[in-house]
Formats: sequence, C-alpha cells, structure tokens
Amino acid sequence: MEPIQSLANFSERNTIKIALVGNPNSGKSTLFNALTGMNQRTGNFPGVTVDKKVGTARLSDTVIANFIDLPGTYSLYPKSLDERVAFDVLCNGDNEEHPDLVIIVADASNLKRNLFLVSQIIDLKIPVILALNMMDMVEKDGDTIDLVRLSERLGVKVVGLSARNKSGIEELKRSLLQPLPIPAYDFIDIKKIAPEIIERVKTVVKVKSDFMAFQMANNLEDTNADIRNRQSQKIADALNTLIVDKNKLQAQESVERYKKINRIVEECITRKTAVQSRSFTQQLDGILTHRIWGYVIFLSILFLIFQTIFFLAAFPMEWIETMFVTLSDWATKALPQGELTSLLVNGILAGLSGVVVFIPQIALLFAFIAILEDTGYMARVSFIMDKLLRKFGLNGRSVIPLMSGVACAVPAIMSARTISNWKERIITIMVTPLMSCSARLPVYTLLISLVIPQDKHFGFFNYQGLILMGLYLVGFLAAIGAAIVMKWILKAREKSYFIMELPVYRSPQWRTVGLTIFDKVKMFLWDAGKIIVAISIILWFLSSHAPGQRFERIEKKYEDPAYVGSLSSKTPGQVNAQIASEKLEASYAGILGKAIEPAIAPLGFDWKIGIALVTSFAAREVFVGTMATIYSVGDADNTQSIQDKMRAEINPETGLPKFSMAVGFSLLIFYAFAMQCMSTLAIVYRETKKIKWPLIQFFYMSALAYLASLLVYNLLK
Amino acid sequence: MYTIQIMKVKLKNLSQLEVGQSAVIDSFTDKIMALKLLEMGCTPGEIVKLDRVAPLGDPIAISVSGYLLSLRKEEASTILVSTVKQKI
Repeated sequence: MEPIQSLANFSERNTIKIALVGNPNSGKSTLFNALTGMNQRTGNFPGVTVDKKVGTARLSDTVIANFIDLPGTYSLYPKSLDERVAFDVLCNGDNEEHPDLVIIVADASNLKRNLFLVSQIIDLKIPVILALNMMDMVEKDGDTIDLVRLSERLGVKVVGLSARNKSGIEELKRSLLQPLPIPAYDFIDIKKIAPEIIERVKTVVKVKSDFMAFQMANNLEDTNADIRNRQSQKIADALNTLIVDKNKLQAQESVERYKKINRIVEECITRKTAVQSRSFTQQLDGILTHRIWGYVIFLSILFLIFQTIFFLAAFPMEWIETMFVTLSDWATKALPQGELTSLLVNGILAGLSGVVVFIPQIALLFAFIAILEDTGYMARVSFIMDKLLRKFGLNGRSVIPLMSGVACAVPAIMSARTISNWKERIITIMVTPLMSCSARLPVYTLLISLVIPQDKHFGFFNYQGLILMGLYLVGFLAAIGAAIVMKWILKAREKSYFIMELPVYRSPQWRTVGLTIFDKVKMFLWDAGKIIVAISIILWFLSSHAPGQRFERIEKKYEDPAYVGSLSSKTPGQVNAQIASEKLEASYAGILGKAIEPAIAPLGFDWKIGIALVTSFAAREVFVGTMATIYSVGDADNTQSIQDKMRAEINPETGLPKFSMAVGFSLLIFYAFAMQCMSTLAIVYRETKKIKWPLIQFFYMSALAYLASLLVYNLLK
Repeated sequence: MYTIQIMKVKLKNLSQLEVGQSAVIDSFTDKIMALKLLEMGCTPGEIVKLDRVAPLGDPIAISVSGYLLSLRKEEASTILVSTVKQKI
C-alpha cells in the first residue's frame, strides 16, 4: 500500500499540503529528504514530463504533511517548462497540487541571489515560510545573519537550519504547525511598474495579488499547450489592444527587487571578512578546470567509474548468479516434472535472474553520478566541455544528459530540458541514446566475458575493462559524429546560451546518494523488470512449443532403434542436447529467428541471436534473458550458467566456438548503436511532441548499427 | 574593512576584462539576455570579477552577487562594465 495514500485517508487526522520551492543547489532536495525520509516517491505532473517528488511526514500526533518538491528554479519568469510547472502549482488554485503553504528554501551562504525568488514568491501572496538552509556554512565563514531582522524586513517567518546536519528540522516542523499568515506586505510595488496590465488581468480573472496578475500576463506568450487553458485565453483577449514592452517591464521588476534585496542583505548580514571564504572552491577549481589537469582528471574519473563497475560489481553479481542457479536446480529436483515447473524454471526464474543480476552495476553507476552531481563537479565538467561541445552543435549542459545517458537514456533525455536552445536540445535528445546505457551493460558484460579471456592483463588493467571502456568511447564518438551531422541539417531557431551557476564544492551526502540508488534500482527492477519477465515468459512459450506435430516427430525419430544405433558413439548427455537443440530449431522461436536469419547472416548472426534481436527491441537487456531462456531450454539439468552454455556452443560449419571474436564484436557494436528501447522512443516523443523525432532516431540508429556490425564482422572474420 | 575607490573609466564589455580584474556592471546591450542575467543577480551597480576562463578560452566564470556564475564570452559581451580600481 502507498504510505501517502494510507496516511492521507486517515480521516481523524488533519493533512496539509506543503510545497518546497527554491533555487537549484539551495539544498531543497536535501531538506525534502530530511523531512520525508523513505516516505517519498517520484511521479510525473499530469500531461507534462516534469518530475514530481512527493512525500509525507508526521508533524504532530494529529497533523500529517504531504510535501511536494517542486523543480528547482531561479525565478518565476516563464523560461522553462520546469518554471512553468512550479508557477502553475503556486498560482493556480485549481491545480490539484496547489499547496496550503509554501516552504521557500534559500541558501543562506548565497543569500542575495536566493532572495530574488523568495521576493517573487512573497509577492504571490500565499502563506510562506522561509527555510534558510546551510546556516552551518555561514557560521563557518564567520558571518552572522540576523534572522529576526530578516523576518521583519521580508514579512514572513524565517527558520535557520542546516538540512545536511539535520539541525533546525524539528524547529521547521514545529513552525509548520502554527498558522502561517500570508506575507505581511508587498516586497515591491509591481503596480507602479505595470499598472495597465495588472488592471486588465484583474478584470478577467480573480487573483491573490498584483504580482500574480503580472506573472499571468507574462506567462502567456510562449505558454506551452500543456498548461494553456481557457483562462489564459481570456487574459490574452483582455491584453489584446495593449502595447507594452514586457521585457522592459520585467527588467524593471528585477532591478527593483535587487535594489531592495541589497539593502536587506546589508542590514541583516554581518560579515567577519570582506573577502568571501570561497578559497577552497577557488583552489579546487584551479586544478579541476585546469587546461591539462582538468581533462586528465575528468578522463581518469570516467576510467575509474568503468573499472569499478566492472570489477567491484563482479562479486555480488556472482553471488546472485550462484543463488539463481542453486534455486533453479532445487526447483527442478523438488517440483514434479511438467509444464508448470518448466515455466517456473526456464521462463520466470531465468528472466528474473537476468534482471536481478544487474542491480550491483546499476547501483554503482548511479552512486557515481549522484556523487558527481552532489559535489558540484558536474557543473565544472560542463564548464570545461562547453566550447568543445558547441562545435558539435551541443551545449556544455549536454554533458549532463550525455553522462546520465550512460545510466539510462530516459532520465537523461528528460534532463536535456535544462538546455533552453531548441536546436541544441533536439541534437542532445537525438544522440543521447548512443551513449552506452546501463541496459547495454548486461549485454556487454556477457559478450565480453565470452570472447575476451578474463586473465588477460594489459599492465595493471584488465582487458575486459579496457574493452568495456572502449565500447563506451565508441558510443560517445558516435554520438558526437551524429551531432555534427545534425548540426548541419537542422536550422537554428534562436540563439544559444549558457548561463549557469558553478556551485561551491561540497562533500557528497551519502543519504542523497543512497536515496538516488534506491530510487533508480527500484525503477529498473519495476519498469524494466516487468517487461523482461513478461518477455521471458513469452519466449519460454515460443521456444518450448512448436506448431503441429514437430516435437512429436523429433521424439519419434530418437525412439527409432535404427537411428539411435547410429548415435552409439555419443554419451546420453550429448544425445539429449542434440534433441533439445533440434526441438528449439523446430519451435516457434526457431521459426521466427530463421525468418530473419538471411538479413542478419552478413553480420555473423545466426537464428538464435536473431530471436534475441527480435525480443530485445523492447529493451536491450532482454537479450541476456532471451539467451538464458533459449539456452536453458536446451539444457535438461539447467545447472550451467548462461556464459558457460554460450561458450560451449559450436559453430557446425567451422567446428570452432560459435561466439568467436568476430561474432562477439559484431554483436557488441550492434548493441552499442541500435535503437532497441521502447521507453526511450516514448520519452523522445513526449519531450519533442512530434512523432518524427523518435522515428528518425529509430531509423538512423538502426542503420548505423547494421552498417557498423557488417564492417566489424568482415574485418575480424 | 577596506574601502573601494571607484574611478569610472570608459565602458568595456565584461568579456574584455583580465582574469582577476573587477568592474561595475553598467548596462546591457541585449534585452532578452538582460532578463536572464538580471535574475541571476547581474544588476547594474553590482561588482563583478572575472574569476577564470575555461581551458579552451570560453566560457568564463565570474564572481557576482556572492557566487560563481559561468557564461559564454558572447553572453558576457552583452554586459557593459566600468572598470574599478581596488584600493586596500
């Protein structure tokens, strides 16, 4: 049962809806985690692909709070979809997420810029409380902030806290229980700046404040169809005849706000030293954005990540594999022979093990990404890569989607939303799936271990790790190449820009890292897992059933004493394997694989691989599950691991192992480039709102995969 | 404490500063860019310092409003500044 639902439905309790808003890097998510702990989940705002994080916390015996963590934003200006969603939740009383009160999270050590958003939200005239985060940093700098004074000047309650150290959280919770009035007074008098606009908007819609009216007018122009409603049409009509320079008015508003913010900051902060103690960040930047060391360190970190994923994860992966082999073994022996046992062992268990075994690698990868994000290093990577990436039609910010693409293209493509330039964003979306995602990792792992001996070392480094890194590099280079081509084809719609905060370096928070891992693993297990298990069951059926009397005919052939006599040189085990293999070939799966064999034979693939290619269109990692199913159908005892079975496969033409270097690499390259992920295509459609982009993506990637495989196979053959 | 003595020289754009050099924001040449820069705390009268230049010569990082902001040279060139002489 969902904890959120169960608590909210408790009728004698009171629930309040609280929204968290704040700048990126203000520690908003840390506070959200500190408030809600494990009682949180990630969803989507209806109709738009903006992450919606919700969670619950008990404030007292009788009061339960439902929190919503709104996307980080620097202002309420209608710049990005994220900001529009945040604005709509805050301003639209009909929005189902519209909160009873708002916690504005601000970084106390970066007060001036953080107060900008604070001041805008104050002017919306909804109940707010200011959570002044990172007070420990302020103290460390030797500065003091007069919270009483700040509260007086802003007209809202202010609570100082440090979400990282969990200090001040209880005080914040207590404050949430007291009735919070709407802000005492306007931060700036927006009516002075735009009297006409506000008046006209107010004639058609009921708003809580002048600023809300002003913002609604400003949010009209490029309002996305998602949020556009009848109300905005009314406002548009009301403003129809008015000729004003909205940009100028907005600029005036910003200047007014900062003027007052500067005065407040001066009054409320006592600085010990005039020079800000950002020396640690300064020094570290000296190295991490150095013209040589910056890149050396970046590449080393990538290298470390891949080596770790391959080696550290190998141990738990082996335990999981052993566990499943033992389990299938036990099930085969303990349960009565028959259709159901076969389904359980060769269908469900085989599919499950194909999912569970990759948890260690996915967890490690997301741990690294979370750490790099959390420490502030990812922003530096964007900083040192921007000029290079711009040459390829990308943007420094493309680093985050591209690097996250190493984990999963779905969240990666969603994170491309921070790129405001249409062309750069489309290119980023189109090439991100070429980055080797974690779903390819199982395929890579399996194939590399088949064709590259484990004990081969190149100095300190293991060959398998090097090949793996090479595959990631190939994916990256393909992405760059595709980007260059698209840069030439696509026309720019507007100017590109790159205005981004470089946050202060901080040590990573293990809690955040842990929650990220938990979230992603859960997502993988559930989203990918259910597809994989379902496909495994279908595959089991296809490979253990055949049309007509085909199986019976094979069985009869082996009962014929004359034919059995010709097999006398073979052991009973070999004979059984031969029967199983013939049955598989005769099955529905075999028929399907055979049908596409002519098309894939030039790449070195046989019908067995053909079956896997067909099934892994839905999701790449299904390849491993498919192979496991196909090969366990041919193994009566089912005690060998999938690797051993594939390694033992002999090519009847050459007498050599089927998975030769040429076949292995051809398959590796195919999986590196091919678009075999329905979720990615679906998300590309959602993000671009046009069917043509996922279609183009599917065809260009498939063509690339086919040609590259063809080349590799013929070079190595 | 230290005092800042401001001597207005002719206006430059922000991308023309030397690393380590400070200046006072005067005005903007691009209206749309100005909105984005304003909300990020680059307001007229604010002191900016060119902190560092990315290894490939672009983008740059500036200290403004108490934090570090990175932007491309092209963007920085829309910010007109008057150079400041600091006297400690």
